[in-house]
Amino acid sequence: MHGKRSRFLTIMLVLGMAFFYVPMVLLVVYSFNYSKIVPVWGGWSLRWYEVLFQSEEVWMAVSLSLKIAFVNATFATMLGTLAGLAMVRFGRFRGRTLFGGMLVAPLVMPEVITGLSLLVFFISMKQLVGWPEQRGFATITIAHITFSLAYVAVTIQARLTGMGEDLEEAAADLGAKPFKVLTAITIPRLTPALISGWLLAFTLSLDDLVIASFVTGPGANTLPILIFSRIRLGLRPDINALATIMILVIATCVAIAAILMFRQQRADLKDQQLAERGES
Amino acid sequence: MTDFSTHPSIPSQPEKKSLLRRIRRKLQDNWRLVIIAIPFAWLLLFFLTPFFIVAKISLAELAIASPPFTKMIEWADSGIVTIRLVFDNFTYILEDDLYRNTYMNSLKISVTSTFFCLLFGYPIAYAIVRSGPVAKPLLLFAIILPFWTSFLLRVYAWMGLLADQGTINNLLMSLGLIDEPIRMLYTEFAVYIGIVYTYMPFMILPLYANMEKLDGRLNEAAADLGSRPMNTFFRVTLPLTTPGVVAGCLLVFIPATGEYVIPDLLGGGNVQMIGRVLYNEFSRNSDWPVAAAVAIVLLFLLVLPIMVFQYFQGKASEGQ
Repeated sequence: MHGKRSRFLTIMLVLGMAFFYVPMVLLVVYSFNYSKIVPVWGGWSLRWYEVLFQSEEVWMAVSLSLKIAFVNATFATMLGTLAGLAMVRFGRFRGRTLFGGMLVAPLVMPEVITGLSLLVFFISMKQLVGWPEQRGFATITIAHITFSLAYVAVTIQARLTGMGEDLEEAAADLGAKPFKVLTAITIPRLTPALISGWLLAFTLSLDDLVIASFVTGPGANTLPILIFSRIRLGLRPDINALATIMILVIATCVAIAAILMFRQQRADLKDQQLAERGES
Repeated sequence: MTDFSTHPSIPSQPEKKSLLRRIRRKLQDNWRLVIIAIPFAWLLLFFLTPFFIVAKISLAELAIASPPFTKMIEWADSGIVTIRLVFDNFTYILEDDLYRNTYMNSLKISVTSTFFCLLFGYPIAYAIVRSGPVAKPLLLFAIILPFWTSFLLRVYAWMGLLADQGTINNLLMSLGLIDEPIRMLYTEFAVYIGIVYTYMPFMILPLYANMEKLDGRLNEAAADLGSRPMNTFFRVTLPLTTPGVVAGCLLVFIPATGEYVIPDLLGGGNVQMIGRVLYNEFSRNSDWPVAAAVAIVLLFLLVLPIMVFQYFQGKASEGQ
């Protein structure tokens, strides 16, 4: 649906964008502030980046968070893809309603509930079977996979419904067995969705504070846990520096993902046009 | 006796092989089942089971033990199983003013924030839909980008704006509009700003997805029949975007009700929301049974909206 934008809509759009971006821009600008008090300008400086890079605590938190995010994204993408396939391509099966419910619920479930329930789960497991011995990397990763896979599944489901079943049907008509169709046609065509699902799971994990705070153990501080413990006491210029780096990294990742998706959409459109031309 | 033990061993060799083969064939036939079973099992174990454990703990009593609650099922000396269900935690929460007010306050804050997200998000989504083919993907990208950047840092950005010595107060003071800083950080106002700011993309994106599918010819038809733009909007466009409105509102309302980070960072100790109480109950007081009961009551409040959301999600994915 195209059409003229009224003046009212344009004003709302501009105000909305300002609302979104002014706080972020200020956050970045103040990271280059010499002054120790964040909102008081004391001239340009890279002082807080130096402070940041010298902090061993920060590096340890970054490395733990990246490790968790990587493992989480990989497993969540695998599980989420299987779940998406099951929901879109397998028709009805027993327990589908429950399965679908468990796939959607993590998207909206308040984090405190998910975090609390996973913590009591891990503690009960430890009493029953002696695992997990200590909470930290493993427990945070499992918790993250559990909610990330739901987001991946949504991405995969959207792509599966978007790309239709024409090619799969054609392959089946030409004698390919269903499993072959899956591995030779469906999975390769899912690649862009797999990549964006992986990236989504990766950033979700990097972003999570509440659930990680519940299921972590002594000494295992992820980056958000570290940031939170510092900013609870007020503004800190080194956190502004850290924020600037994180925003830059994430914006780059999102831009890559967006370009990939955009290209795929165009390729699909081309395929469709070619197919239509072939028909006529 | 010997016969009994040797007899089955004769056909067992080929049987073993065929069993393996049968498993393999079964796997080949039922690969769909395997694909469903893996994520299903994961979610059953790590998503559903934990809820039952929380429900179980909410029915226990605080005890000096590790973990700090009484057992639900106990084997008494005489071999009799006793099952103890204690509803005290729930009566305690529901009768205590502090908890009741906190629940009400959370609902008030999340409903109001949802309303403001809709009020501002709807025109923004509509403006994006009506944008040209070049601007549209860029604007959409601009909405999605903050959604990917750290939630914690977006809240932190507002701490810098709203603080007594923050950007807004500094600006107003240097313009001579005010003489002393207005207290904004650590108030309920700051919590509203924080929720509207961080949850706005969750409102805009489903609205956009819904509006994008609208048929522009309906508006033309209404105009041809003499309807004014305002009238067309309220009688054609708005009713057709109800699914988007419902999805967006639920995506904001449900997580906002249990929000912990925003009331903690922007509200300080002055704004009580249930997510924060739950977290503190658990980490500082370590009263697990009460914390679990608080979680169950919160879940109970949100079950209906979550089910409505699932219904709409299911309908949306079937309709495509």
